[in-house]
This record gives sequence, C-alpha cells and structure tokens, in this order.
Amino acid sequence: MLLILVTVPATAAGVILVIPSSRPGAIKGTALLFATVGLAFSVMTFVAYDHAEAGFQFQRQWQWIESLGVTVHFGVDGISAIMVLLTGIVMFTGVVMSWSIEKRLKEYFFLFMILLTGVYGTFVSLDLFFLFFFYELAVLPMYLLIAVWGSTRKEYGALKLVLYLVGGSVLVWIALIAVYAEASLGTFNLLALQEVEFAKDFQNIFFPLFLIGFGVLAGLWPFHTWSPDGHAAAPTAVSMLHAGVLMKLGAYGIIRVGMTLFPEGVAHWQVLFISLATVNVVYGSLAAMAQRDLKYIVAYSSVAHMGLVLMGLATLERTGMSGAVLQMFSHGIMTALFFAVVGIIYDRTHTRDIDLLQGLSKRMGLAAVLFIFAGLTSLGMPGLSGFVAEVLVFVGAFRTFPVAGVFGVIAAMLTAVYILRLIAKVFYGPLDDRWQGIQDAARHEVFAGALLVIMLVLVGVYPTPFLDVINSGVDTLAAGLGVGE
Amino acid sequence: MNVDFALFIPEFVMAGMALVVLTVDLFLPQDRKHWLPYIALVGILGTMGSVFTIAGKSEELYGGLFLVDNFAVFFKVFLLAVGAFMVLASAEYVKKNLTRPGEFYGILLFSILAMMTMTAAGELLTAYISLELFSFSLYILASYAIHRPKSVEAGLKYILVGAFSSAILLYGLSLIYGSLGTTTFSGIADALAGNDDIPVAFLAGLVLVVVGFGFKITAVPFHMWAPDVYEGAPTPVTAYLAVASKAVSFALLLRLFAMAFGPAMDEWRPIIAGLAAATIVLGNLVAMAQHNIKRMLAYSSIGQAGYLLMGIAALSPLASNGLLFHIVGYSAANFAAFACIIAYENLTGKEEISDYAGLSRRQPFMALVLSGALFSLAGLPVFAGFATKFYLFAAVGNEGLLWLVIVAVAGSLVSLYYYLMVIKQIYLGEPEEDEPLRLSVSTVGLLGALGAAVVIFGVYPGPLINLIEKATAVLPMPV
Repeated sequence: MLLILVTVPATAAGVILVIPSSRPGAIKGTALLFATVGLAFSVMTFVAYDHAEAGFQFQRQWQWIESLGVTVHFGVDGISAIMVLLTGIVMFTGVVMSWSIEKRLKEYFFLFMILLTGVYGTFVSLDLFFLFFFYELAVLPMYLLIAVWGSTRKEYGALKLVLYLVGGSVLVWIALIAVYAEASLGTFNLLALQEVEFAKDFQNIFFPLFLIGFGVLAGLWPFHTWSPDGHAAAPTAVSMLHAGVLMKLGAYGIIRVGMTLFPEGVAHWQVLFISLATVNVVYGSLAAMAQRDLKYIVAYSSVAHMGLVLMGLATLERTGMSGAVLQMFSHGIMTALFFAVVGIIYDRTHTRDIDLLQGLSKRMGLAAVLFIFAGLTSLGMPGLSGFVAEVLVFVGAFRTFPVAGVFGVIAAMLTAVYILRLIAKVFYGPLDDRWQGIQDAARHEVFAGALLVIMLVLVGVYPTPFLDVINSGVDTLAAGLGVGE
Repeated sequence: MNVDFALFIPEFVMAGMALVVLTVDLFLPQDRKHWLPYIALVGILGTMGSVFTIAGKSEELYGGLFLVDNFAVFFKVFLLAVGAFMVLASAEYVKKNLTRPGEFYGILLFSILAMMTMTAAGELLTAYISLELFSFSLYILASYAIHRPKSVEAGLKYILVGAFSSAILLYGLSLIYGSLGTTTFSGIADALAGNDDIPVAFLAGLVLVVVGFGFKITAVPFHMWAPDVYEGAPTPVTAYLAVASKAVSFALLLRLFAMAFGPAMDEWRPIIAGLAAATIVLGNLVAMAQHNIKRMLAYSSIGQAGYLLMGIAALSPLASNGLLFHIVGYSAANFAAFACIIAYENLTGKEEISDYAGLSRRQPFMALVLSGALFSLAGLPVFAGFATKFYLFAAVGNEGLLWLVIVAVAGSLVSLYYYLMVIKQIYLGEPEEDEPLRLSVSTVGLLGALGAAVVIFGVYPGPLINLIEKATAVLPMPV
C-alpha cells in the first residue's frame, strides 16, 4: 500500500512526460486522476492504521544496496499516517487549484508530481538513505517550479530557497554519515539504528546538525528567511504544497531522525530548542503584522505556526508533542487554504498589496468565507483545528517551560490582531471602484477550498480519531525519550 | 616461460582494429570517410565481445607484470563502453570540424588500447608505459583542430605539462625501485610489510608518484593545465579527457595503492586526504566564476577528482566500491552533459553558458538530458550522482575521515549553485532565436541512452554494484 502511495505521483510524472504538450486537457485530467487515487490511498492508509496496536505498520522491505546496508523500507506509524493524509489532501486540492495554469502546463505538473513523490517517500521511509533520498527529491523541483511559474522576484526567491534547503540537507547528510560510522552496524535502517545507544557526547555534537538541518525546512528561526521570499514568489499550488506539506517534512525529520536517534542529544539542547521555537512564534507574528503583501503575511504567519510545532516538540512532553503533530496537520490544511485564497485574489486583481485591496467580499463572497475560516483557525478559534492543537502545545509548554507558554499565548493574541485587521481591511469596508468587475472564486476553487474547510472543522469539533492515531506515534516517541506517560 | 597468449586477445583485437582503421583510411575516397567511425565502433564492440573470453579468469602473466582479473575485466568493459560513446558522440563533430578523420579514430583506438593495458598493469613500468601511450594519444587528439590556435595551444600546454609530470612520475618510480628492489605491485607490498621502518627513499618516491599522478587526475595544486586544455581541445576530446582519462587513472591508482602501497597507508593517507580536500574546495569554488561551459565543466571535473581521491584516501572494501560506483556514475553524467554540449556546438557553434538561454524551448529533450546530467553531477536524487556520492561519502566517513566528508558535502552544495546557473539559463533564459533545433536520430539515441543510464544507476544500482563488488574483491585491502 505504501509503495503504491509513492509510485502514484511518480507514475503520474512519467505519464505526463509522454503526453504531448499540445493536449493540456489530457495532462490536467491525468494529474487529477492520479491525485484522486493518491488521496484515496492516503485516506485508506490513515483509516486502516490501527492505533491500538501502534508501532510501524504496513511494513515492506526490499534489498537495494546490500554492501552499504541500504534497503527500501516503508512503514508508517501514527505520526507519519496523519502526515500521509495531509499530503493526500493538499495534493488533491493543489491540483484542483492549478487548473487555470496555462504556461508550460506539462512541465508544471511533471515537477509537481516529482515533488509529491519526494514528500510521500519521506513520510513513509524507514531507511535513512531513502528518507534522505526523498527529502532531497522534494527540494529539487522547487527551484524550477518557483522560478518559472512564480511571481515577485521569483528567481531570487527560488535560488534562495533551494540554497537554504540544500544547505540544511548538507548538515543532515553529514550527521547521517556520522551516525552510520558511529553505529558501525553497516546499515541505514532506522529501526536498527534507534536501538543503538549513542554516546552522550556524540549525541550532543550531532543533534544540532539534525535540528538545524531539518529545521531550515521547518522554518526554524533564524534560518527561516527563505520562507517568506520563497512562498511569496511561488505559484499558488506550490505555495500550498510547500507551506502546507514541505515545511512539515522538516519538523517530521526532527522527530523521526533527530529525536528518535538522539534522545539525550535533544534533552541536552532542549533549552536552546525551545528558545528558538519561542522566538519563531513571536518573531513570526510580529513580522506578519508589519507586512503589506498578503503572501508575506501568510508566509510569516506560517513561520509563527511552525514555531508552535517546534515549541510543542521541544517540550519533550507527551501533550506538547501531540499538539505539535496535530498542529502540523492543522497548519498544513490551513495554510493550503490561505494560499489558495490569496492565489484566487491575486489571479483576479493582480495585486496582493493590502493597501489596495478593499471590500472584496462584495464581489468575492465565497473567497471571503474561505479566507475567514483559514483566518479563524490561524488565531485559534475554538471549534476549528488550530484551537485544539494550540491548546495542547500550550499545556505542554506551561508544564515544562511556562515562559515559552506565555510568549506563545501572547503571539496567539498578536495573530488575532493582524488576522482580524486583515480580514476587515481586505474583505470589508467600501469596495474600491477598480475591483467592481472582478469574479468570485470559481466552482472548482470553492470545491477545493470547501474540502479544506471541512477538514478544519472536523478536526476542530471531533479531534479524537486524529489524536488517537497521533498519540499512538507520540507515545512511542515519548517512551524513546524516556518521558513516558 | 610459458605464456597463454589467449589472455591477450582483447588487446590484440584492439591493436589490430586500430591498424585496420588507419589502413582503410588510406584507401577510402574522401566522400566515404564517414564510414570510419562505424569501423572504429565495430572494432570497439568486437573488442568488448572478446573481453568475455577472459572474463572470470584470474591469472598473472610474466610474473605479475600483466594481470587478468575481475578488476581489469570490469574496467575494460567500462572503458570500451566509454570509447564507443566517444566515437558516437564525435562522429558529427569530426565530420564538421576536423580534417583527416582516419588518424583521429586510429589514435582514439590506440588510446583505448593503452587504457586496457593500464587496467591490467601489475607492475610499475608496465603501468608507466601504458600511461605514456595513453598520454601521447591524448596530446595528439587535444591539438587535433590544427586550424584553431586555441586547440594548438591546448595541445602544446598539455604536452609540456604532461612530459613534466611523466618525468616526475618516472623519477618517483625509480626511487621506489631503488629502495625496495622490485617493481611489481605485490613485491612492493611484501617488501614494505617485511620492513619495520619504511625507507625514506620510498617515501620520497611515493610523494613524487602522487605528484605525477596528481597532474594526470587534475588534483589541486597540479590542475592548472586542465581548464585551458579543456577549453581549447576539440569538444569530444575534452569529454574524453574528463571522463576516460580520469576513470582509467583512478583505476590504476586504486590498484597501485591497494596492491602495492597498502602497508604504508598511515604515511600516505594524510597526503591523499589533504589533496582531496584541496581539490574539492578549489575546483568547486573556481567553477562558480566560469562563463564558458567547457571551462566550467573542467573545474567541476577537478572537484569530482577530489571526491574520487577520497575513495583512495579511505581505501577499504566499501570505499573501493564507492570509488568505482562514483567513477561509473560520474562518467555517465559527465558524458551525457558533454554529449549535449557537443551536439549544441554542432548546431550553433556556441559554447558560452549564456548561449544556452532558452534551450528548453528550442530543444526540450536536450534540455532535459543536460539538466538531469548536471543535477546528477551535483548529487541530487533520482540521478546516479546521489547514490554514488552517498555510497562513497558513507564509506569514507566509515573510515574515520568525517572531516573530509564535511568538506565534500560542502563542495557539493557549492557545485549545486553553479550547475543551477546553467539550468536557470536553460529553463528561464530568453533564447535569441526561436526556431527549434533539430537533432539527428543518432544524437537522440546517444542522449537517450546516457540519460537513461544516469537515472538507472540512480534508482536501480543493484546489478552494477554486484559487478563492482566482484571487481574490487581481487584487491587486497589493508586491515
């Protein structure tokens, strides 16, 4: 089943490559078909995952390079199961939102599907070689996706993004090889390596490489600066995918590799970790307040929300970590929705400057509704997914580092300030003359948006099934860290 | 002495075919000269077929002077494949730009013959003579475009530097012989293992050998000739220099260090590791500043030589596998890149990086192959470069040379930047002309085959690794 998940987008990429570019309909159709299949398998994986049993399920293993100890080893636990679900949803909605792309359609969907292969692969790989393989694979197409189809200083944004991310993965690479050599088991298998107790000094030296290396992708302050530039430059669906799923790869890497292999290392660096995360939250919120470009606002708010994820992880406490993982999911959906609506607005008005946008709800009622849902999730409105996740993170933080919790709550209030102000400004108030003739969100856009909203509400009002799965993964993680129940 | 001449069949076939090409050339009328590459190709493929008569054998001829083993067979097949691609890639270029194709292909075949004996050499002088035959062939090929001053200059520079380095190498060999009294690889290893102290004269000789080879493999600081020669030489020859010359030199180096110098590993490891680090850093940094794509690839191949040197410095079974794996992956990717550059030059006569602006619109297939090749050189998945680099670096890290791995991955990051600059031109640049470029069927086939190889080695390297393991199993490894 997991192999299918990885091969669905890969096959899609292959099929799209052979369709002649003169047939855009066929290309879009193929992309949508495969995205639907991918979504179906993602949902199945999530539903079929037995949280009572916990552990890694649906495992399959194939020999790849025996002498190096590399196998193709797939498997999901509670944490990756929900990430797989998130990927499926964002992939599907991303394809729908890409419907209006006309420029070099074939290359666009080809790279899009390669990107998704990387994302799925990372979430389900249990071999460090392949985890890294897919992780890099996800970064590779970003450059072209942003540089060709983007806007606003796109070449600068694309190059900055790729060099930052590859710079981060260089650190990961070094640490992986160090782990391989230190363990001297001759294997890259994560399950075998996590049994090894690495010397404390070794853990202390190499954990920061994982933290920063993966942290770059998770938007960890002060390595986040690629994110606003990159997201602002990227085309809509790529922003959705990148902020929605790719940034989660970073956090996922910290959990799956850093925290699993180096329990003592993370404990040693905990104070630094949570401090950086707190700066993330506060700085992201403050920076978002100061922006005038819609995408920059959303991008900085992503930095802040990823900060909450990192804060939850850094508590090294069960509730906090559960909250962090739920926040990964919730933020993924929410940001995808945000970028989708911003994309719609930009498509109609060709501006993202909030000083120019006014009273759009009179012409774009549906888009406004979608945006408001995303906004309310972002500021932690009860009944939506963000609330549940943030409460868990804050509970975890108050139990371990109350100061971080206080800053977190303050940041949440700041979020409310800029989000509400933004909604009031852009969607309400008098309608500017120049926006008289604009169109509301099209049917397919509303459909994609509605799907995301449903997920936000579902998790918000009935989080139990999601938390059950997440907790089954977090429990194992917590046990590994020695913090138990 | 009883010698089984059947073990020389591949060499005989190759030498014979080289002479056939030269002879046929005399009788071919001018308008039939385009047959020559096909004759050469038949020669190469025939030789490749004959290599299978010695496959799986393990013999020493003339008391260890000439070795027939899996390692030699592996490299013979591999280098013949490189030679075949070389002929295919250069056919159009030679027809367009060079006079006297007969000698071109004849000399090319002689150079392949030299490479074949290099991989089989088990003794210093045999190695040296093969290396010289190879170098002389390359001197001529590099200056083959005699109507172009740059090519002549390249050839001259190459001869002078090459002769200089050969002299150093020979002096080093004489010191080694003088101090240990033998020139066979296994004899040297025995003499070293038997001595409690390693003779100073041997160490001096070792250093000179490293310097001599340093020139051949473009290790920093012995690399200065490479960019000028790469830029000036006819482009197919540049590809040959970057791929075949490096691959075979490393095959010889690996055999020499594993079979002969193994016992003195503690003495030379820091030297080789230092050279590797310097080569990686300088090659990659200077490559960023290049505007000519051949020069850029020259510096990038210097950086790649640094990665390969890491494999020598680490010298373990795993590292040797990694070294061979990286040689194959690097060769496929680099040759794919050069095949694109040659084809582009044939069509437009241009070789600046900025000339590649908008290639994706004029020739999407070539753009795809070239980008894939460059991504592979940068070490990104799904291409060969990712798997080969990962394997090699992991093997080197496993030998306790983590600092070298750090240098290498940093070099990889830098290299991504300059490869991206080319890819940016290809996909984002505005082409000066809009009309599509037409590739000949054979070029499409060549690019397709090389591009496929780059991807296959990246996602399904199992069979290749098996062959590599068989090849390196014959090398004794220091414990």
